[in-house]
Amino acid sequence: MGTVFSFDLRDPATPPVRRALKEAVAWLHHVDEVFSTYRPDSAISRLGRGEPVPERCAAEVAEVFALCEEVAHTTGGWFTHAPGGRLDPSGLVKGWAVERASRLLYEAGAHNTCVNGGGDIQLRGEAAPGTPWRIGIAHPARPGALAAVVTGRDLAVATSGTAERGAHVVDPHTGRPATALASLTLTGHSLTRTDAYATAAFAMGAAAREWVEALDGHEGLGITAAGEIWRTPRFPGATWAER
Amino acid sequence: MRKATVTTVSTVAGVILLLSLKPHQNPAPDMTAAPPPSGTPEAPASPAPTGQKPSSAPTGQKRSNAPTGQKPSNVGASGTYTGSVINTSYGPVQVSVTLSNGRITAVKALRTPFDRPRSQQIAADAVPRLTQEALSAQSAHIDAVSGATYTSEGYTRSLQSALDKAGV
Repeated sequence: MGTVFSFDLRDPATPPVRRALKEAVAWLHHVDEVFSTYRPDSAISRLGRGEPVPERCAAEVAEVFALCEEVAHTTGGWFTHAPGGRLDPSGLVKGWAVERASRLLYEAGAHNTCVNGGGDIQLRGEAAPGTPWRIGIAHPARPGALAAVVTGRDLAVATSGTAERGAHVVDPHTGRPATALASLTLTGHSLTRTDAYATAAFAMGAAAREWVEALDGHEGLGITAAGEIWRTPRFPGATWAER
Repeated sequence: MRKATVTTVSTVAGVILLLSLKPHQNPAPDMTAAPPPSGTPEAPASPAPTGQKPSSAPTGQKRSNAPTGQKPSNVGASGTYTGSVINTSYGPVQVSVTLSNGRITAVKALRTPFDRPRSQQIAADAVPRLTQEALSAQSAHIDAVSGATYTSEGYTRSLQSALDKAGV
């Protein structure tokens, strides 16, 4: 199974923006080549086998691992780039790749964009002059329903959950799937960290709420396995769309 | 760690990259007002995913329907192309895509797991909104959906097969 990366640009498509778009797409393919754990020839697979990383991608690999370490530290070990002992920084790479794609567009003059990597989203600017972006949060237990709507400008939104593929986030401390939460959405500024924190906090289960509340620059909305919904006090624009 | 992310990253190359360039405040499905693409289509930098994608990717179900549009030219394909039926855990998904000079002008959900009349007509800028239409038929305007990509996967795979037929 793969995922969708989509770009929604609300600025005029100037030639530099078009070029940046092509660059952003090429960038995502490049990230796949370097970081895919499914490709035996990727840098990450080589590294996992104890082989040297090709020099041309050494800087990127080093950057990702530095970020992984930072997030592992911030989350008190709830995030790991070696789940189950196998080298796999994927929990951070997608958000990182999307954030950089978003930056490429921004630098080319596209200041109002939505870059979406399989439901983890980096927003810049706004949807239209004076109108913030509106992001629906899928309800984990009810296909077809939204649990909430997040509104905001210059926002990262990431959701970790069981709805899509069952329990797939593993508690790094026990090795067992995390099951206390059905869905956890985090908002922040940088998708790299927001996405990785969402994964980590999801694994925390019942402890996630308190942790997110104490986390600077991030807000959260959790839906428990029992169906209870909570959110941190400043969660942006929780316009409920329950039905 | 999150399995979803693992698989996600692994198949970047295999999955559609839908790019929409959209003018300000023009949520209508009609994209014809947008400036035409310069030469090459905006969409997929590396389409034709068959062959290069990992084994888990949806190669098998493609090309079941004949395209109803004309073949692509060097300015990009035009016409309406029907995608394969993709079975998701929530039911079958099938879309058709309408292209004008390589630019997506409309995507229509022919089959969705949550068949409601209002989820049928889907806006031009593709996946985020595709998901939105299915997920929030009753809610106000949404630009994208976070979480639950199960439907978008079905959409995308069907859409990709349609785009493969269009040769974009």
